[in-house]
This record gives sequence, structure tokens and C-alpha cells, in this order.
Amino acid sequence: MDWKGRDVVSIRDFSKDDIEFVSKVAERLEEELNERGSLDYARGKILATLFFEPSTRTRLSFESAMHRLGGSVIGFSSASSTSVKKGESLADTIKTVEQYSDVIVIRHPMEGAARLAAEVAEVPVINAGDGSNQHPTQTLLDLYTIKKTFGKIDGITIGLLGDLKYGRTVHSLAEALAFYDVKLYLISPELLRMPRHIVDELREKGVKVYETTDLEGAIPELDVLYVTRIQRERFPDEEEYLKVKGSYQVNLEVLKNAKETLKVMHPLPRVDEIHPDVDKTEHALYFRQVFSGVPVRMALLGLTLGVL
Amino acid sequence: MPESLKIEVIPEGTVIDHIPAGKWLKVIEILGLTEPNGGTLLIASNVPSKKLGRKDIVKVEGRYLSEEEVNKIALIAPMATVNIVKDYKIIEKFNVEIPDEITGILKCPNPNCVSNHEYVTSRFHVESREPLKLRCHYCERTIEGEDIIGSL
Ligand SMILES: [Zn+2]
Repeated sequence: MDWKGRDVVSIRDFSKDDIEFVSKVAERLEEELNERGSLDYARGKILATLFFEPSTRTRLSFESAMHRLGGSVIGFSSASSTSVKKGESLADTIKTVEQYSDVIVIRHPMEGAARLAAEVAEVPVINAGDGSNQHPTQTLLDLYTIKKTFGKIDGITIGLLGDLKYGRTVHSLAEALAFYDVKLYLISPELLRMPRHIVDELREKGVKVYETTDLEGAIPELDVLYVTRIQRERFPDEEEYLKVKGSYQVNLEVLKNAKETLKVMHPLPRVDEIHPDVDKTEHALYFRQVFSGVPVRMALLGLTLGVL
Repeated sequence: MPESLKIEVIPEGTVIDHIPAGKWLKVIEILGLTEPNGGTLLIASNVPSKKLGRKDIVKVEGRYLSEEEVNKIALIAPMATVNIVKDYKIIEKFNVEIPDEITGILKCPNPNCVSNHEYVTSRFHVESREPLKLRCHYCERTIEGEDIIGSL
């Protein structure tokens, strides 16, 4: 696969080989970073971050990755300060910004915006979240974190907890995990079960899938517990949200029956679904997971720029 | 009325047969024939049919349709047959086939899909033909069954 100029729009565009390759490059970069502090593969290259909807963490992670590669960053982080408000089309914005940059990272409230941007732009486009559709770099960093922690992905048992209905992070993670020989526990309130077509697809691909509402029953089986927040804004109506909010909290009590080696992951930010007491235990992997975002995004930026 | 008579009404052009009864308007919309285009447009609706019970037939005079154009019809009329007529004779006859990709005729039912907000041609990938399931090229959501008809 020639990565130079490639767009990173959807995890659906990736093969297992692609995922493993990104992981390998990220690992190499992480080691080089540890040895040398900063790298200069992308010296002279400019990243444009177009955040049509704010997401400070994701933006900082991409900016940090570009700086650590020796490149520089321009961009905006909300639609209000740009001509977007004046009704400029997305295509025109992209056509303009690519005159200033070598790679574009886009976060947009509409589904499919990143695909459209990628079609318009000559430079590579990386999707940093398009509405409730995709956030492929999150999935790649999740897989990288698992791989780094366990040395492998095949053979492990993963529980996905929380909002499995609306959470785009768990949808694309589940789809990517289908490439591997894993067992999946889908743990959610009845109302927030994983969409049927995804469960069917997982089973078709040979993943052993168990659906349950019972976190405490599932926890002794797990190597990874991937927790997601139940987000109010994803619900079509408030009443449905009120029925399920606060359904689960991962705390020391819940973790009593877990394997000693169980790792808890979370795409962050969290609200109250993981108690802060868990942070001090060996189970907490979520901050390390945040760190993984940098080498993984460095790998994607470097590869699509063709400098690695 | 024998089949041949119905077809030989036009001297040359295209006859689309075996359209489910009541769907002729969708067919001419798909083919962009809602405005006069020079030739005669003949429509027979609710015609008795052995295959379908009742069917519609659309005859387009003086125009030949591309295979791609014709295949879009398969979305609403999977049993349709297409006859190419020259000098009152059928010179070619084929069945419609759902293409791998459908551009321009379906509107994505996801209100938050970028294709409904920006200047872009809608585009769907065919995930399965039986039952018909399409995936929006942009928002990646899938549509099936009645939702497809509703999006035409
Ligand atoms: Zn769409």
C-alpha cells in the first residue's frame, strides 16, 4: 500500500495489514521519541487543523503529533471565527486551505464531511470525527494501546461497556476487532444495545459475541474493559436518556472480581462512569491510551505526507 | 392485445416493460423524461401481465438509454425488461440489473449527511442485492427496503 497522499477517512477503508502497519510505525516512532525527544521527519511541512466543531483534546493530540514530527500547524477550532458562518461551502474552504498546507485534519458536525473533504482536496485528509459516523484515529490508537499492553490482540477478551447504540467509538472499534481472534462482551442497558447489523457482521466474521446487561457477571472474564460515556447529546429524546444515564460505574467494588491484569480503557473525557479511585490502580490504562494518540497520529501524518 | 403490438407503436427508441403497476412516474423521473425531449413518450399503466398481475410500460421515442441509466430502474422495477426498437423492430432486449454504485437519483435519508447540505452528487454503494441494501458513500449509513423507495 502506498501511503503517500492517502486519506484517512473511515476505519472501513482499512485492512488488517494497514492497521498492523500503522501500529508498527507508531511503535518505532515512540521508541525514537523516547531516545531523542523530538524528530524532524516533517520539517517544513504544515498541518492544517480544521475543527468546525470544537474538540480540544483531539486537536491538541494532532498538533502535538505534528510538532513532535518537526512540522508546524495552522488552523481554526470553531466555525464562528471563519467564513464558514458566511455560508462558504465546505469544498471551497478545503480548496483554499490546501493552498496553505500539506495535510489537513478535519472535525465536522456532519456525517460524511471528511469523505467530501478528501474528494475535494489534493493533499491528504485525516478525519478527526464526522458527526456520529467515524473517528478512525481513535480506533487505531485503541488498537495500538491494546497491542502495546498485551503484546498481541488475538486471543484476548474485551468488554465494551456503556452506550453501544450511539457510540461511534465502539462501533468502529468493534468493526476493527473483527479482524482478530477475540471474544467480545457487549455490556449495555437494553435500550443502548449494539446495533443488530454490527452484531451480525461480527458473528459472520467469526467473533464470539456475548450481549449482556450484567457488568459484574462479565467482568471476571475480561482482559480489557472498554468504557464509554452515555452522552446526552446523542439521544433523540431526553426521556430515553434519563432512563439510562448512570447505568454503570466502574469502581473498586466492581473491579474486585476482575483479573489482576484487567485493563480499563476509555476514550475520555469521562464524567462519572469510572471512579477516580481506579486511576491509582494497575487497571487504569486510559491515560496511557491518551498518550498513544500521539505516536499513532505521528505515524498517520508522516505516512500520508510521505516522509516516513 | 398481443405483446408485439404494444411495442411496435414507436418506430424507434426504447420500451421499458414489466414495471410494477403505478411506478411509471418514478421511471420517467429517474430517466429525466419529465420534460418534453423531442420524441413521443407513451405510457401504458395498469396493463394486465402474466408475470406481475398488473404492470406499466414506458415507451420513449427517438432515444436510446445507456445501460447505466436503465439499471437505475432496477431499484424500483427489478423485473423490468428493456427493448431497443429500430424500424418498428426490437433489435435488442435485456433485463435490468442493479449496478454496483448508484449516483444521483437517491437522496440520503440521514438529515445530518453532508450530501444533503453541500453541493454534491449523492452516491450509494450496493452492499447486497437480495434483499437490496445500500450504503451512503458519505455518511456510511445503510438503507434498505421501503426506505430506498422513499428516498427516490
Ligand atoms: Zn448519507
